[in-house]
Amino acid sequence: MSRIDVRKTYKLYIGGQFPRSESGRSYVVNDAKGRLLANAAQASRKDARDAVLAARAAFGGWSGKTAYNRAQVVYRIAEVLEGRREQFEAELRASEGVSPAKARTYVDAAIDRLVWYAGWADKITQVVGNANPVAGPFFNLSSPEPSGVIAVVAPRGPLLGLVSVVAPLIITGNTVVVIASEDHPLTAITLGEVMATSDLPGGVVNVLTGSVAEIAPWLASHMDVNGIDLTGVTDADLAVELEVAAADNLKRVRRPAPGTDWLAEPDLDRMTRFLETKTVWHPIGV
Amino acid sequence: MTDNTFEYAPAPESRAIVDIKPSYGLFINGEFVDGNGRAFKTINPATEEVLAEVAEADDADVDAAVRAARRAYTRVWSRMSGAERAKYLYRIARIIQERGRELAVLESIDNGKPIKESRDVDVPIVAAHFFYYAGWADKLQYSGYGSTPLGVAGQVIPWNFPLLMLAWKIAPALACGNTVVLKPAETTPLTALLFAEICQQADLPPGVVNIVTGAGETGRAIVSHPDVDKVAFTGSTEVGKAIARAVAGSDKKVTLELGGKAANIVFDDAPLDQAVEGIVNGIFFNQGHVCCAGSRLLVQESVAEEVMSRLKRRMATLRVGDPLDKNTDVGAINSAEQLSKIRELSEVGESEGAERWSAPCDLPSNGYWFAPTVFTGVSQAHRIAREEIFGPVLSVLTFRTPSEAVEKANNTPFGLSAGVWTDKGSRILSMANRLRAGVVWANTFNKFDPTSPFGGYKESGYGREGGRHGLEGYLKNTEKGANS
Repeated sequence: MSRIDVRKTYKLYIGGQFPRSESGRSYVVNDAKGRLLANAAQASRKDARDAVLAARAAFGGWSGKTAYNRAQVVYRIAEVLEGRREQFEAELRASEGVSPAKARTYVDAAIDRLVWYAGWADKITQVVGNANPVAGPFFNLSSPEPSGVIAVVAPRGPLLGLVSVVAPLIITGNTVVVIASEDHPLTAITLGEVMATSDLPGGVVNVLTGSVAEIAPWLASHMDVNGIDLTGVTDADLAVELEVAAADNLKRVRRPAPGTDWLAEPDLDRMTRFLETKTVWHPIGV
Repeated sequence: MTDNTFEYAPAPESRAIVDIKPSYGLFINGEFVDGNGRAFKTINPATEEVLAEVAEADDADVDAAVRAARRAYTRVWSRMSGAERAKYLYRIARIIQERGRELAVLESIDNGKPIKESRDVDVPIVAAHFFYYAGWADKLQYSGYGSTPLGVAGQVIPWNFPLLMLAWKIAPALACGNTVVLKPAETTPLTALLFAEICQQADLPPGVVNIVTGAGETGRAIVSHPDVDKVAFTGSTEVGKAIARAVAGSDKKVTLELGGKAANIVFDDAPLDQAVEGIVNGIFFNQGHVCCAGSRLLVQESVAEEVMSRLKRRMATLRVGDPLDKNTDVGAINSAEQLSKIRELSEVGESEGAERWSAPCDLPSNGYWFAPTVFTGVSQAHRIAREEIFGPVLSVLTFRTPSEAVEKANNTPFGLSAGVWTDKGSRILSMANRLRAGVVWANTFNKFDPTSPFGGYKESGYGREGGRHGLEGYLKNTEKGANS
């Protein structure tokens, strides 16, 4: 008799822990052929709020780390992901029905993207900040700082898409609440396991699975969220509704980006959209 | 010796240099035209004298202005080389310098700000701003933001720095190759209309700059016009939020410079006389009509009494009165509406239990005036510690440790500016790191420069104006989802 395998329970990833949804709900996730893959947790408004609390609590520590340290942590995520690449390739093949070669391409690209962003941690300040030659005896310097807690609606690409939207936010010191692709949520939770074992402090990335239409409005209107990335929102009306809600506390908004080629090398905008510029003045004298 | 030993004889600046017309139209496509709408009056807030009647642009006027701007963008301005655009901006900068006295006097008459401020701060920075951005026009490829303009910019500016805000909006927009439709505030339209004349003198191609006057409805028409590619607004957080809602789902790029409730933090090792000057400059400069005003003084408990007594002594020497008098420190409140807001919040401050002290000064009988005022015993829950008063009213809170100062300073939905006063260098840098504000002034306050980016965190808005960073809001980002 063949061995019965031990299946994984997919839960949420909040504050470094893997809780079930407080609502006790789950939803069925099928593979590309319509067969049951697993039940995913269906996050509620309360889960979203808990995730924001966790992200806020993590923000001071994470944004206060040295850029070198953040670089090493994100690089470490790439290392751990590399070590578990076969699991991710298998998950991508199962959930999206892609060929083994394609799955390999996506995993390669996701790892490489993490490495690419890891290197930005201690360079972005030099590229987007500068000294300002004011007409007077003053030292004057502008440097970027993270906006704070950013809510993200991840695009469909369950691994590469997710990594491509989360990595640029955390590398600059933001903390994140991300709603995973509704149809392909499982890989996001597995990626949570990678992050949880990569020295990434709990709460820096929080992953919710469930209905975008249900959860995203709570994040868009949450007064302790500083920005919202609508990249993965496919419903144009919902995108407008979320942008309107985001205005309540003037969240920084990134509008939806349908048809993005995630294999292409990104530019700086995914980092700079959620950076503030701080300018410090001091008199020069003796 | 009498009490008035140190009083100054009146030293009024002559008004003869300005020629205010009885009525003004809209500046569309290089010409002054009559609007379709009604007219409104602009008054001198120091005397309540009616200065002129100004056209209120309606939707059709705004549409005509946007069409003129689009035409100028397509046919002329976007095709012109950066080097040529630069020369127009340099010309404008030079004419502003040449007509600087006239602009300063007119600004003080229409706004109520002291002549020494409009003459020594506003107008020189306006000219410098055009000069600075002129130089960028043919160097955009080095900016880090590309060199593709957005198109037509709709710009709405406030009444506190009428000409300076105009410069902050128009100079970078034009340098990047955009054309503009700008609405000055309804209480301070005159220097913008004089600027329109300067554009004519500079032979700026028609339609590159369009000035439409009016109030909130005119502003709404600009912001929501479908052919506007960029919205730039400076003003209240409430209107800023309405704009953010109005542009949702569009391709418009937006920058918002909104309200503030800046903490000005004084440590016990600060040079106190300098700090007191900084506190006074922070809250009484421009009658406190400054979005980045240091309206919350956080003073370390051990020096609180000393700072307060020096501050009151200094406040008692502030000369409040005729904006055109060269010795005036604090001018008129810009409007009856603003004066009533300041009065209302000050009364709330008293009724919530804070202690009010106003500098003893004789206020003119006509016009809108408010004596420099300080509230002590303010708690973080008081409305005067949370809401922007936008007037010469300072709320004083105390703290014991640097962490408590940071906590209190950041305990606000705003994040525009902050001040730190201490002799300890490492503490300055630590405070500067921890304060969530777009501009941090250490051992100084309210300093502005064309090369220095300005703008807020959180509900103080987004985007930067000034410096290299100020170009970003007027250039197209070609990446997907990047809000142009």
